[in-house]
Amino acid sequence: MSAAFTLILSVWLIAALLVAAGVFTWVERRGLGFLQERLGPNRVGPFGFFQWIADTVKLLFKADEVPPDGDALTFRLAPALAATPVLVGFAVVAFAPGWAISALDIGVIFILAMLALTVYAMVLGAWASRNRYAMLGGLRAAAQMLSYEAFFGLSLMGVVMLAGSMSLGQIVAAQEGLWFVVQQPLGAALFTIAGIAAAHRLPFDLQESEQDLVAGFMTEYSGMGFALFFLGEYLAILLVSALAVTLFFGGWLGPWLPAPVWFGLKVGALALAFVWIRAILPRPRYDQLVAFAWKWALPLALANLLVTGAVVVLGGSA
Amino acid sequence: MSLDAPRIDDPADELRARLGAGVVAEQATGEPFPVLWIAREAWVEAHRALREMERPFTLMADLWGTDETARHHRPGLPPSGVTVTSHLVSPARNADIRLKLACDGAAPRAPSLTPVYPGADWYERETFDMLGVQFEGHPLLRRIYMPNDWQGHPLRKNHHARATEKPPYRMTPESFAATEEANTLDPARLGLPTHRDGVELMVLNMGPHHPSTHGVFRILLGLDGEEIVWAYPDLGYHHRGAEKMAERQTWHGFIPYCDRIDYLGGVTHELPYLMAVESLCGIEVPERAQCIRVMLCEIFRITSHLLFYGTLAQDAGVMSPIFYMFVDRERAYDVIQAITGGRMHPAFLRIGGVAMDLPTGWDGLVRDFLDWMPRRLDDYEGMVMRSEMFRARTKGVALADAETCLKWSMTGPSLRAAGLPWDIRKERPYSGYETYEFDVVTAEAGDIYARTRVRVDEMRESLRIIRQCVDRMPGGPVKADHPRAFPPPRAQTLEDIETLIHHFVGTAWGPRVPVGEATGQIESARGLAQYSIVSDDGGHSYRTRIRTPSFANLQAIPEIAPGLTVADLVMHIASLDFVMSDVDK
Repeated sequence: MSAAFTLILSVWLIAALLVAAGVFTWVERRGLGFLQERLGPNRVGPFGFFQWIADTVKLLFKADEVPPDGDALTFRLAPALAATPVLVGFAVVAFAPGWAISALDIGVIFILAMLALTVYAMVLGAWASRNRYAMLGGLRAAAQMLSYEAFFGLSLMGVVMLAGSMSLGQIVAAQEGLWFVVQQPLGAALFTIAGIAAAHRLPFDLQESEQDLVAGFMTEYSGMGFALFFLGEYLAILLVSALAVTLFFGGWLGPWLPAPVWFGLKVGALALAFVWIRAILPRPRYDQLVAFAWKWALPLALANLLVTGAVVVLGGSA
Repeated sequence: MSLDAPRIDDPADELRARLGAGVVAEQATGEPFPVLWIAREAWVEAHRALREMERPFTLMADLWGTDETARHHRPGLPPSGVTVTSHLVSPARNADIRLKLACDGAAPRAPSLTPVYPGADWYERETFDMLGVQFEGHPLLRRIYMPNDWQGHPLRKNHHARATEKPPYRMTPESFAATEEANTLDPARLGLPTHRDGVELMVLNMGPHHPSTHGVFRILLGLDGEEIVWAYPDLGYHHRGAEKMAERQTWHGFIPYCDRIDYLGGVTHELPYLMAVESLCGIEVPERAQCIRVMLCEIFRITSHLLFYGTLAQDAGVMSPIFYMFVDRERAYDVIQAITGGRMHPAFLRIGGVAMDLPTGWDGLVRDFLDWMPRRLDDYEGMVMRSEMFRARTKGVALADAETCLKWSMTGPSLRAAGLPWDIRKERPYSGYETYEFDVVTAEAGDIYARTRVRVDEMRESLRIIRQCVDRMPGGPVKADHPRAFPPPRAQTLEDIETLIHHFVGTAWGPRVPVGEATGQIESARGLAQYSIVSDDGGHSYRTRIRTPSFANLQAIPEIAPGLTVADLVMHIASLDFVMSDVDK
């Protein structure tokens, strides 16, 4: 692939992702409305579909206030840090055989790294706000990231072992016969939990937990700064869904329909599951959340890894 | 009001025996409890005696002041400028007693009761704020509702009742700065610690504009990390001076204000007010009207509890139930709307009955609601109460046992959740509650889960009561045939001149209520609501004392909050189910 072609593809992908994230906000609001016996946005365009455009325009025109005591430079940079790494992470996602901007050999690790970077946005944004609610949110974000990152990576190592590769393309190819979710149910479950935490969604949205922290780390944000944090969150949902589809649900594999369509459908279905989870689950307390990560999830992930490793080694030697 | 339970040993006699001349006089009232005037030196001692006697008076239900300087009719009462009154309740005896202390009108002073009843703390602050009574020995006597730099004490008779009685308000930069300065809450000046174990505490100002304080409630928190070291509630942002307004409105004209004392309770708060007025007037409310009152109160209890349920779930992070519950509430409001013509504030009860008879087809509407609700409550059980994560957030968190509740004058579901089955509807039945079959719901644990459990099950009990109302709704008039019932019937006004005059005078100047003192007590959705009125003969109340349950229910927060996290505190606040208008009046 030439550099120019990659560039064009990247621009195209970013545009598509921004639209997808925007549309997803509409899907979520309508979906929640449907689940909660109410209408949701239904005024702008058919079924309120253009609501996300109206919201984007509104946010663009809103004033971007920096708190008087805040650190202006960091305050403005933080939101960019929320969205950019997630967009970069999409570079290695394989939408179909050969359809990836970069077929990186360590694709899985790369995406994990990019998702982990988003926590800087929260901590820096919180710090720069000079707001005590934001501060608490930022601290929670850091603690949660440390706890959940630990087993996030481990939970998917079983898949990596079975596939014998960290390249997303090859992992999908290894699922021709059977999806890994069947062989790695525990891994898939742990991955889902950590994935929700990585995307900072309820029940793992303690850093913004509006019931106690008003809006947590983004209490002071308005206008585009606020929008970028939001964009980062919705892109992260799509990225985690894409990663889950690749690792556990056979990626683009599927009968009759073209590969990218299968991929898109699966990602969409998982993203909807995120909305559904948000509608029904309570939020654990901060200490319960951290305790769960260290006392349950991490040992389980390690055990899963051990068993998978043993099976792979024994199976290979037999 | 009737206290039917027999009085076995008379606490008044016991007080006389113990204090001798300390009991100055016994006031003759129509009240079902003794009202004693106590000498100043014996004031604290009298309370201590009642607090410590066998089957003690554990609950300081209310404490307030009355400016007596403009009162004409007080035959046989000891001379007094400002009277401090305390109302004590003994759940064990199911009996009340009221003690009064005469103070100087110009510079009222009284000994503080906080050493005996910690729950007197906020009540004494309120009395100081409203009437200027200096309580000697109170730990931190500061204003509770009014701004610190307020001039005068609103419930004194010489204090203006409306802004137009004063020169126009002008805000200058200096006056603005002075007000800001006077009303800044400085933890150090409140005697709150700034450090713990050498670690500086972070002061977090929660509210009055915070999504989870359920109204304009403010708490100052001292935090070590996320752990709360101290909490200081700050009230008054919702204060509207309802008690002062009661002295200006006609007896009839005050009814709509009652709806707004507890704005989620609808007609609920009209009932204790009217019970007091009716008791002074000697009105016997007809059965049909009583049944309508009970039915409406129970429907409003359900709408109030539903809002509690939904917001509590939402504070735990469960997003959806509140929306389902608003659908249910809408159904309840359909019924309320058809019957009263209003929704949240129907102002439907009247002196001697209710405003109008039930509309055609009302029973079908109510039955539809009764058939609808239980299934929905089953759904919520699965969504909220049986959710493991919800249990993890609520079980064993923010414990308040019965002793703590009584110590801080907490009543209602919070008290019942701590195992004390004290419900005015059962203990002192009013409006015919004794004829309905229902159970008083209790729980043992006294944690957030128990408080939720109690309210959830109370909704089912309310449904039971409503069904009995529909089944038995008696016929007959909906307003008493009594000269003081108000508004007077119109049907005859164009037939004979006497009825016309009666109607005209009543509507023009408002009804007159005979001289005396009376009290109405009910079990509102939040606890004991008590209206104590004084009539000095005339179209207006001389003093209307409103005891709201939410006010006292908040008082225990400083004791319960330390050790909780911020997220727990939010849940605890939600589990108290207060309404700020009910706190601040």
